[in-house]
Amino acid sequence: MSPSSSPGPDAASAADTASANDPMRPGDHVDAPAPEPRSGSGPKLGIVGWLRFLWRQLTSMRTAIVLLLLLAVGAIPGSLVPQRSSDPNGVIQVRADNPDLVWFYDALSLHDVYGSPWFSAIYILLFTSLVGCVVPRLAHHWRAMRAKPPRTPARLSRLVGFQTVPGDASDLDRAEGALRKLGYRTARYGESISAERGYLRESGNLLFHIALLAMILVVGLGSGFGYNGQRLVVEGRSFANTLSSYDTFDSGQWFDDASLAPFSVQLDDLDVVYETENLNAIGAPLDFTAHVSVTEDGVSREAQIKVNEPLNVDGADLYLISNGYAPRISVRDAEGEVVYDEYTPFLAQDDNMTSLGVMKLPDGLAEQLGLRGFFYPTTGQLESGAFTSIYPDLANPVLSLQAFTGDLGLDAGVPRSVYALETDEMTQIAGGDSGTDALMLAPGQTVDIPGGLGTITFEDVRRYGVIDVHVDYTQTAVFWIAVTILVSLLGSLLIPRRRLWVKVAGGRLELAGLARGEDPTLERAVDDLAKRLAGDGAAAADAGRAGDPALGRPTAAGTGVAAPEVGRPTATGSGVAADDAGSAGSTGASGGTGTRE
Amino acid sequence: MPAAELDSYSLLLVYSAMAVYTLAFLAYAVDAARRSSVKAAPAESRELVGAGAAASVAGAAVPGRSSTPASSAPGRGDASATAPIAAAGRGARIGFTLTVLAWALHLGGAILRGLAAGRVPWSNMYEFAITGIAVMVGVFVLSRLWKDLNFLGVFFTGLATVFLGVATVNYYVAPTPLPPALQSYWLVIHVFVATLATGFFGLGTGLSILQLIKDRRDNGFLRSLPASAQLEDLAYRVGVIGFILWTFTLMAGAVWAEHAWGRYWGWDTKEVWTFVIWVVYAGYVHARATRGWRGSRSAWLQIIGFAAIIFNFTIVNQFFAGLHAYSGL
Ligand code: HEM
Repeated sequence: MSPSSSPGPDAASAADTASANDPMRPGDHVDAPAPEPRSGSGPKLGIVGWLRFLWRQLTSMRTAIVLLLLLAVGAIPGSLVPQRSSDPNGVIQVRADNPDLVWFYDALSLHDVYGSPWFSAIYILLFTSLVGCVVPRLAHHWRAMRAKPPRTPARLSRLVGFQTVPGDASDLDRAEGALRKLGYRTARYGESISAERGYLRESGNLLFHIALLAMILVVGLGSGFGYNGQRLVVEGRSFANTLSSYDTFDSGQWFDDASLAPFSVQLDDLDVVYETENLNAIGAPLDFTAHVSVTEDGVSREAQIKVNEPLNVDGADLYLISNGYAPRISVRDAEGEVVYDEYTPFLAQDDNMTSLGVMKLPDGLAEQLGLRGFFYPTTGQLESGAFTSIYPDLANPVLSLQAFTGDLGLDAGVPRSVYALETDEMTQIAGGDSGTDALMLAPGQTVDIPGGLGTITFEDVRRYGVIDVHVDYTQTAVFWIAVTILVSLLGSLLIPRRRLWVKVAGGRLELAGLARGEDPTLERAVDDLAKRLAGDGAAAADAGRAGDPALGRPTAAGTGVAAPEVGRPTATGSGVAADDAGSAGSTGASGGTGTRE
Repeated sequence: MPAAELDSYSLLLVYSAMAVYTLAFLAYAVDAARRSSVKAAPAESRELVGAGAAASVAGAAVPGRSSTPASSAPGRGDASATAPIAAAGRGARIGFTLTVLAWALHLGGAILRGLAAGRVPWSNMYEFAITGIAVMVGVFVLSRLWKDLNFLGVFFTGLATVFLGVATVNYYVAPTPLPPALQSYWLVIHVFVATLATGFFGLGTGLSILQLIKDRRDNGFLRSLPASAQLEDLAYRVGVIGFILWTFTLMAGAVWAEHAWGRYWGWDTKEVWTFVIWVVYAGYVHARATRGWRGSRSAWLQIIGFAAIIFNFTIVNQFFAGLHAYSGL
């Protein structure tokens, strides 16, 4: 049913559908006039002809569908192969595991799908098509909104919901008033009214597509000005919002250092709450709260950052990304002089915060010393005898260190990760196969370094948090564009666009409608108008219909008697007048064929 | 009552729901089989319908009315284009009653699970599954207020039985507290709207599948269904609601990601798939409006979109790396 989209050949001829008021559609839209059959050998196309042909292809509905599907398919590899933007470690891993395929990944930009030439090509084509589609429609719609509703067709009887109600030319004013009250734009043509409503459907559709375009532009251009820096801070320490203080820093291509707002942040406390009661989830984190002091223009204030509650400082958003333990380890030389005393961040390796860390002491001792070890916030032992942490909080903290002497490789000028120890050029002196046990320390304990190099003390342990500082100038705009997309989509999909006609014919009024686009409620609208016009006088005509209460007519103005007020609002009941009529019929039918059951 | 006990009652209800869904499925299947054995010449039934309709309209002046169902689809008039949605047979009525009963049990199970966990029951895969399926069946049950879609009963009860089976066997985990990343009202909104969208897509997909089948053959049980063009219209209307809800899901997800991770869009695997599904459905909406794509091609797009949702939920959740690692498995 949905008399909707295509009114059928009869109606088409009757209503001369393709009026200048219609929303403009690409040539292969179902509402567009059917294409002329191609003659075998048409005139040759010139260059201009070819260009026009190509442009028409590019801006056709078919192309839009194909490009949309390509976009969907093209997005998938990015979920299969790790992406540099979202999973840099995964990228390294995959490349290390599949050295033979690296060329392939690179050739197709598979680690960078969403910035790759082929993905960009798809969406640039799609948006070119979109522009080509929308611009002419925009101009057309602009004119259509100003134009009068089109002429009343000569014969209404073939159109949707055709019916007659008693009345004559003197009722036309009343009809026009009723239509206007319902939001129709009306025009008189002789003894008839032509009315149209739902221009907002096309406005919504256009706005929707334009907003998509705006979204791409804003995201594409706006993000070039922002930045994103990460910094690991140990409790009690602070950092300033300057380039040099970040551990990692990414910025858009138009970013300017001068745009870094001058503030600094101190991590006073990082509170972590773990589950202690639910046996299925002992040790699951329940809450992370970073208590910070923010200093701007010499003024300090206290604030907090939680996982779902970023902190805004001077246009920058601060997020708490991850956390861990930083044991403070001090090293003294053989004479008892302190040569090293630092909080060293350890990286968590599992849910119970078994953490791995590395310390490098190139100077101060008789030999270069490297320490690599595990920190167990709550120490337990596996069956194998190996240590592990069995709870993420600090119930029974122990540090176990392996020690190496020899060349740390720091002089070679090769950048080395602070979290990795190159032991190729070193000799292990504690732990592993060295013959000496790993150094085990609880907070406050001190042990000797084998070989009389000195002593190591585990002073205490603090938490650290990784704070992400993010400035994104597109955020607000993107938000409002998204709202626009949603609202215009609603308008475009749910507002019915239709025409209604009222025509004086032989002492009665003829009514009928025509849908422009998907409009399941058209029949009901015609019925509704009939009711309004008929008033009490037509109660008799209505009585027959009232037998079908399913047609909940929302506005039974003046009908009083017959139609039971089912009061289904038109929009949600979104009814299907014809279907309902059909099922009313079916009740009759099944009565008639009841013997079959 | 302690959480563990509540949870075991929840599980009990879910199992009972599964059993009743199975019965409902059988009732619907028997109904379908019986209808397929009814041999009636379509022409004859059409006439009866016409007569019935005319009678019920009591001769009111409505020429053109009795032919409306077909008028929307010029050139695609099936033999049964004017066949109305058949009145529910006894089997279908039993099936529907059982479905409502199973749904009530199911809903009770989901609610108890929420009580056991002390939060909304959709924050790990097991919970997504039971709540999501409840919402999906709910859309089917409540669609009854709008229209008699009992012919989808076999599809929905079958789906519910199989999905619940998979959920309880493969995804079950005891309730655990919410990790901080999920402690947000966006969990309530974003995830719920996503399941609601899935419910509508499921309904639309059921209709689209029937549309395709009906296009290919039109005998037995199929004859009692609405015409293929009518199924397509219904599928579209339902799918469009799903699409709007999915658009909202995508946007709410972006806002949440912005709160939790500091960026609204980062092509995380789950984001990729949400986007893919959205784009496929945008393709579907376009296809419906394109000459040459309306009809079975657009139906396929709806089905592909729904398949992508199921894939996103099962395979992507479990096997793809990403930030949305909340399967709880
Ligand atoms: C970025 C890609 C695009 C997306 C995501 C998209 C999405 C949509 C959506 C969701 C609708 C249905 C809602 C509405 O009516 O507003 C729609 C309708 C429409 N789109 Fe697009 N679109 C895109 C590109 C295009 C292009 C390139 C064209 C030109 C060929 C186009 C032409 C249309 C037309 C004519 C309609 C109205 C269909 C109808 O009559 O129901 N769209 N689009």
